[in-house]
Amino acid sequence: MSRKIILEHDKVPNLKQYDVYRGLGGYSSVEKALKKMTPDEVVEEVKKSGLRGRGGAGFPAGMKWSFIAKPEGVPRYLLCNADESEPGTFKDRYLMEFNPHFLIEGMICSSYALGCNTSYIYVRGEYKFIIQILEKAIAEAYAAGWLGKNILGTGYNLDLYVHSGAGAYICGEETALIESLEGKRGNPRLKPPFPAVAGLWGCPTVVNNVETLAVVSWIVNNGGDEYAKIGVGRSTGTKLISASGHIRKPGVYEIELGISVEEFIYSDEYCGGMLHPDRKLKAVVAGGSSVPILPADLILKTAAGEQRLMTYESLADGGFKTGTMLGSGGFIVYDESACIVRNTWNFSRFYHHESCGQCSPCREGTGWLEKVLHRLENGHGKWEDIDLLVDITKKIEGNTICPFGDAASWPVASAVRHFRHEFEYHVRYPEKVKDRNHFAKEPMRLFMDEFVNAAV
Amino acid sequence: MPDMSTANDIQFSEAIMSRIQEYISHFPSGKQKSAILPVLHLVQDEFGWLSPAVMDKVAEILQIQPIEVYEVATFYTMYNLQPVGKFKLEFCRTSPCCLRGSEDIMDYTLNKLGVKEGEVTSDGLFTVVGVECLGACGYAPMMQVGDKYIEHLTTESIDQFIDNCKASANN
Repeated sequence: MSRKIILEHDKVPNLKQYDVYRGLGGYSSVEKALKKMTPDEVVEEVKKSGLRGRGGAGFPAGMKWSFIAKPEGVPRYLLCNADESEPGTFKDRYLMEFNPHFLIEGMICSSYALGCNTSYIYVRGEYKFIIQILEKAIAEAYAAGWLGKNILGTGYNLDLYVHSGAGAYICGEETALIESLEGKRGNPRLKPPFPAVAGLWGCPTVVNNVETLAVVSWIVNNGGDEYAKIGVGRSTGTKLISASGHIRKPGVYEIELGISVEEFIYSDEYCGGMLHPDRKLKAVVAGGSSVPILPADLILKTAAGEQRLMTYESLADGGFKTGTMLGSGGFIVYDESACIVRNTWNFSRFYHHESCGQCSPCREGTGWLEKVLHRLENGHGKWEDIDLLVDITKKIEGNTICPFGDAASWPVASAVRHFRHEFEYHVRYPEKVKDRNHFAKEPMRLFMDEFVNAAV
Repeated sequence: MPDMSTANDIQFSEAIMSRIQEYISHFPSGKQKSAILPVLHLVQDEFGWLSPAVMDKVAEILQIQPIEVYEVATFYTMYNLQPVGKFKLEFCRTSPCCLRGSEDIMDYTLNKLGVKEGEVTSDGLFTVVGVECLGACGYAPMMQVGDKYIEHLTTESIDQFIDNCKASANN
């Protein structure tokens, strides 16, 4: 069994109740931080830990914290990004559902480190049941004296509130989240200024993912060096991975960064292998819908033939030509019954639906991608559509205010890069793709040679 | 008949008014606009949808312009801008769920209820819509109904669910 930090006690009944959590040593990090450490010392430990943002970007959390501006007399805010909406990702939900006090404890230490007296947890609106769990846990923490005025007699004050989103993927982008919390449409802001300088109501603000903030309590308790011992190289610590698709055991798993992708897919401790033993692994989206899709051979081994590991660096090995990203840890597994064209169209529909509409390349481009992919998938595609898709992604990528445009482009560009033959199949045999489960009866692998030879 | 009611025709209950005041108290003075998303959820739960009159009333309470409420209500997909059935069945239609049969189970439900996506059944009970990823990919196929997630759906569990809804509506 690998090391567990976040899910150490996840099988303990009623862990979400304060007494149970406290009985397991919960909230000890708050005592340590507030009574024995200065805020800067907490920041220092987080820096030493090498903890990287768990929402998807992987930016070092301690460094992000060190950017926060500290003008006299201006409040600072810590916002917890619980707007988990990236397709394939459901790890933060699991953490909040079964271990809400762990997040609250991490947020108290983090707020103290940043000098914030008011913090918010922004939860996607669909997670109404999670909001209820968090509100109850926060009330318990207030009652026990971990929140409110003069915590533990130290003079430190902290109010923590849960805030509900209302169904907009884009609000997971930190400046859109801030706009949304200000009561506006979730349109991302131009940067600079960065939120660390001018965020919520123009005040210095840090936005971190649920998982990132939660583990701060462990880092305070055990020290940053101890955390950095787990993992490989710059991928320190553990990571929650939410696994879905054609696997035997979908669910949320905590891994030590550094295990192999092969172990994660096939071992009984994690995904437990393929759902249908007679169907082969076809592809994996390793870090949520936005990261490039990789075919089976490239997800298990890098282009150089080395074993692919579950780390930020190993998954990115080869760049976008042959690699991908760890992203949010939304791990989607496809067997050979899946159609990559259909999957790509589905993702493009998602991005078209979720584009905030602020930047023309994204607003229009995501719509074109969806339309072109829809006609390909339904047997109305033309040969030139395949290159047209690539062309559209190049027009969007890098030309928008926020990274959403890139996130909408990468799944399409990578699908064409690695599965061009499937797109060609859809153009050449339109009548065979009318049924949406067209590869379920006969995987393309079985007639690949015939298909290639027919083209000559 | 278009709904011609105005904010003056709308009355929020005391319970709702006190919840609204509580949401406003989460924010610094003068920043009450920040409470808009939870407030809209609250009044939608009460009225079933956000009519222009209800939105105008929210603007009045939050001391902002009505347009500020409209632009928010039209941006976020969880707000109903027209009436929906008593039970709104929202099926996740994003790829990880599709890999586990969400399209088939949604088609089954539409056929069973005899409606197209977005329509309200003639008894006013059901609306079926497809929505984007609900963060339940590992428990697919699934749907959201109100504040509940119903996961690992099968045709049998859909039959059962619809029967239960009808029974509860008749009581």
